[in-house]
Amino acid sequence: MAVILSNTLVSAGIFKMTVAFTGAVKPGQFFMLRAWDKDPLLSRPISVHNYESGQLTFLYQVVGKGTEILARLQADDEVTIQGPYGNGFPEITGDLCVVGGGIGTAPLYYLARHYREQNPTGKCRIYLGFRDSAYGVDAFEALADEMILDVGGIITNKLVVLASETVVTCGPEIMMETVAKTVPADNTVYVSLEAHMACGIGACLGCSCETRSGNKKVCKDGPVFVREEVFNV
Amino acid sequence: MSKCLETKFNEILFKNPVIPASGTFGFGREYEAFYDLAKLGGLCSKGLTLEPKSGNTGMRLWETPAGLMNSIGLENPGIDAFIENEWPHLKEIDTVTIVNVGGKDEESYLTAIKKLNAIDAQLIELNISCPNVKAGGMAYGIKAETAGEITRKVVELSRHPIMVKLSPNGEAVADIARACEDAGAQGISLINTLQGMAIDYKKKALVFDNLYAGLSGPAVKPIALRMTHQVCQAVAIPVMAMGGISDWKDALEFIMAGATCVQIGTINFNNPMAPIEIIAGLETYCINEGLANIGQVRGIV
Repeated sequence: MAVILSNTLVSAGIFKMTVAFTGAVKPGQFFMLRAWDKDPLLSRPISVHNYESGQLTFLYQVVGKGTEILARLQADDEVTIQGPYGNGFPEITGDLCVVGGGIGTAPLYYLARHYREQNPTGKCRIYLGFRDSAYGVDAFEALADEMILDVGGIITNKLVVLASETVVTCGPEIMMETVAKTVPADNTVYVSLEAHMACGIGACLGCSCETRSGNKKVCKDGPVFVREEVFNV
Repeated sequence: MSKCLETKFNEILFKNPVIPASGTFGFGREYEAFYDLAKLGGLCSKGLTLEPKSGNTGMRLWETPAGLMNSIGLENPGIDAFIENEWPHLKEIDTVTIVNVGGKDEESYLTAIKKLNAIDAQLIELNISCPNVKAGGMAYGIKAETAGEITRKVVELSRHPIMVKLSPNGEAVADIARACEDAGAQGISLINTLQGMAIDYKKKALVFDNLYAGLSGPAVKPIALRMTHQVCQAVAIPVMAMGGISDWKDALEFIMAGATCVQIGTINFNNPMAPIEIIAGLETYCINEGLANIGQVRGIV
């Protein structure tokens, strides 16, 4: 059980929940959240948006029964959180190019913030794309050497990757696939996948995905993969 | 730990009657981060087939009110890889290890069973009831005659005791259980998932590539309890019951319906500690009720 410090509407259908938490959490990891008994049955895998001084933040979109319940919670309510789960992003050195789409931007903030702390002289460029309205942009902007924003278009049309950059992407699968297929082969590209999950720990095989080295579990082997593993590039 | 939960399933001594169910527990490793697996009465392996299987394509999970539909499709590493990579780890755990095995035809069942003769498992759970793949054996499990035939052949070949896992999707389950008992099965487990269907009206499409899928979770408990009761009335061999058990009270109801042991399935996904909490709850119940052993309430209804 974690105590909710705040849970606020950020944009239409997008909420930001901060809870008290202690323990190590890597960028790109996720927690299983629940605040209900048996309906819906499963917990909801939600990525870590930020983690700083005992405050763990989730940025989530309301898409169904579970996230609707989460959105109704208020400060001082309790939520069950299990985790952190998943591999998370590797430590990135050199320059960073972030490509986020919609609610897929959620885990990228903690990644970019962590990168900034670890690489004070590294360059960080951030591409963010949104379908209807943008959110969280100011926070990203504070971390970025260059910020490219697109609302209503296709963010990958604007994408130009530099040779020095490692690319990290999270968002709609079609967006990640485009990034995976268009970024030059010499750049390393990490993609963070989303999947329906039951257990979150690798036991149920509900989130298996095909990779070039056989089936892998998005929850445990991922959610972060190098692009070659999960996309035909 | 008191002995109030010690349970004999034929000659096999379980320290308690609580066993995580096949397909919800991998090969145990994922849950070792949560508790010592030796606290369990036993554990049941992910369903194995002779050859490795990559499972079904497309959506594999879909929630229903208090239920979960799955279409995993028996993704598993195959018997050989299990024996090489998982069994050495599993056999060191101080608990009863049950190996679940399915097949697509008689030959694949028998070859798998023969290979398993090389290891010292305490019990084989013969899966003739997976609804999600042709190789899951449900074709055998929905008719008493074919269930009995495959059971007889497996029992003859195996050096391990055979517990047959029954489908809720076929003929009268008590008839199937009796046929398995007559064929030499040493135990029955039930129920496997109920075959169901999901349609995504927004996409005007089937949810599952494999058309139908298996429903489990609290939603199926009343059906599982009824079938457990029917089977326990019909056979003399012990029954390991499952279907929507989510706390110790549910577990107790199945024992009162006649089950010797209970398996804990879908609830592991919500609450990885569920089996341990169920064990503790049953123990407290025995103490509060002044029971020397949980068996005193078995089959009392």
